[in-house]
Amino acid sequence: MDIVLQQLVNGLTLGSVYGLIAIGYTMVYGIIGMINFAHGDVYMVSSYLTAIAIALLTFFGMESFPIIIFGTLIFTIVVTGAYGWVIERVAYRPLRNSSRLSVLISAIGMSLILQNYVQISQGARQQGVPTLLTGAIRFDVGDGFVQITYMKLFILFAAFLGMGVLTYVIQKTKLGRMCRATQQDRKMASILGINTDRIISSVFVIGAAMAALAGVLITLDYGAFDFYVGFIIGIKAFTAAVLGGIGSLPGAMLGGVILGLSEALFAGLISSDYKDVFSFSLLVIILIFRPSGLLGKPEVEKV
Amino acid sequence: MSKAVVKKTLISLAVASAAAVAQADVVIGVAGPHTGAYAAFGEQLWRGAEKAAMDINAKGGINGEMIKLVKADDACEPKQAVSIANRLVDSDEAVAVVGHFCSSSSIPASSIYEEAGVLMVTPASTNPTLTDRGLPNVFRVCGRDDQQGDVAASYIVGDLGAKKVAIIHDKDTYGKGLADAMKATMNAYGLEEVLYEGLTRGEKDFNALVTKIRSVDADVVYFGGLHSEAGPLVRQMREQGLTAKFISGDGIVSDEFVSVAGSPEYVDGVLMTFGADPTSYPAGKEVVEQFRSEGIEPEGYVMYSYTAMQVVASALEANDLDPVKASDWLHGNKVDTVMGTKQFDDKGDLMVSDYVMYEWDANGKYSMMDN
Repeated sequence: MDIVLQQLVNGLTLGSVYGLIAIGYTMVYGIIGMINFAHGDVYMVSSYLTAIAIALLTFFGMESFPIIIFGTLIFTIVVTGAYGWVIERVAYRPLRNSSRLSVLISAIGMSLILQNYVQISQGARQQGVPTLLTGAIRFDVGDGFVQITYMKLFILFAAFLGMGVLTYVIQKTKLGRMCRATQQDRKMASILGINTDRIISSVFVIGAAMAALAGVLITLDYGAFDFYVGFIIGIKAFTAAVLGGIGSLPGAMLGGVILGLSEALFAGLISSDYKDVFSFSLLVIILIFRPSGLLGKPEVEKV
Repeated sequence: MSKAVVKKTLISLAVASAAAVAQADVVIGVAGPHTGAYAAFGEQLWRGAEKAAMDINAKGGINGEMIKLVKADDACEPKQAVSIANRLVDSDEAVAVVGHFCSSSSIPASSIYEEAGVLMVTPASTNPTLTDRGLPNVFRVCGRDDQQGDVAASYIVGDLGAKKVAIIHDKDTYGKGLADAMKATMNAYGLEEVLYEGLTRGEKDFNALVTKIRSVDADVVYFGGLHSEAGPLVRQMREQGLTAKFISGDGIVSDEFVSVAGSPEYVDGVLMTFGADPTSYPAGKEVVEQFRSEGIEPEGYVMYSYTAMQVVASALEANDLDPVKASDWLHGNKVDTVMGTKQFDDKGDLMVSDYVMYEWDANGKYSMMDN
């Protein structure tokens, strides 16, 4: 019993982070119909920015956890958002009216550029950040116990807060309304006076900001990263986005949580050798029965 | 003269001059993961080899020819290892290679060196398959995983008296090979493992696996793999309140293990098997001091790499720079190195291996355990 509960906690924290990154994939797909393969590397860049922010803040003598964490979050989200904006501007906007394939190739190129740029500028070695928040709470369950570090609780709290804020922005604000309008019909939206280029830019910034939030949380929790961390987690988050229905915001979050939980439960109860096989089989099965994902809407051919 | 003829003449001139340049030096490749997650080990290999080459060149080179080192980056990926091995053989015209690091890279690359008649001495690849295939050109100056697994297993069963052992590996040639070697010896002692699982290289989240280890109530966790996964694994074990002893092999011998684990407190008490302190040999005292005076700690494989370069140089020197004859020669002759006198058996393994247990302390340093 305690083991299953612990696995649920493991899966939920992992899944909430997958969900955060999946948001970037799903929003970009929703609005311009492309898969941003550089998104995993945007996440990777945010890991490095986290380490830089922590180093800067401790250099200026700020030691308390709340100050460091908020300083790091603000710095990383702003700078990573800027990366998202620049990437869209440089690699995708010039190709706005060309075929989907060329944008895809451009995205893969961007991914390689980011990886190599970080590798050359920061070195190829594994990097680490010091542990900021230590300690854990422990519940006794039956004969065993469930132990959750404060960092994990913080991840859950911050991830769901981030998703909540984003949902509010998309559903209730003017910017969100413009995003949704652009997603539904870009041409009509621009006729009605929405600057769709700017909306697309802001979607990239929002996606990058969510990846940055995930980057800060994961980096603080695991403490280690290198220039290649974006690859695996990017693939997983992309899977989560497809699982939940690519283009759908709640779908990305749901897909992330389902993927995290299924990985943790399968690894914990059956075999960690084959957990990825299981996750991807799950994806295949869901796509067979619901080709547009769990919460995705079937694409209507526009006439 | 037609254009094509001019072109051909130019090309042959260019080739001739390139060959002339290459003949002036002895080209030796240093192959390993110079980039990527395991770049720390590539750096160790390069430092040792570079220093050895400089020292040999300062004493007049090999039969008067200067050693020219070529860095070859395999990123610890088998595919890339094959392509850089081809590059070393074809375009760099290397006569010998010090490397590779990862066994999964060394094994496919060694076939290419064999075909080309290039001498290969690895400072670090410990998987038994590498030499068991009987290639005449392959040597290693480190031990084998079956020897290493023996030492770990007898320590776990004998000294620790463990009852419940969980074995984790990284599904790679080296990691799984080591874990299997340890498992075989441990089973021969009559102890069955309570858990045998693989994890995925490159991931950082092993919480689900850690919870599973907790569920089988293991008192020892044996890990076959490298520090970049061992660090997060041991940290997440401690974070989940699992106090089981963590034991691994020579894949975690790097200061980076501490930074990847997050802080020295997590590596405190971690055990590993590694060759007897490579800096402790009397023959290598001077070199160790020179390293330290340059601000470099000869940790991990630095001295092994130095040794490998010495083996290559001695063999080439005794055989007029012919790598094929040098390979034959190494099977029957002893070589004096900074890690003592080395002698190879028919397969290219060392006659004597010297694995011992090391322990990491709360300051993030490792030292030999007193036995």
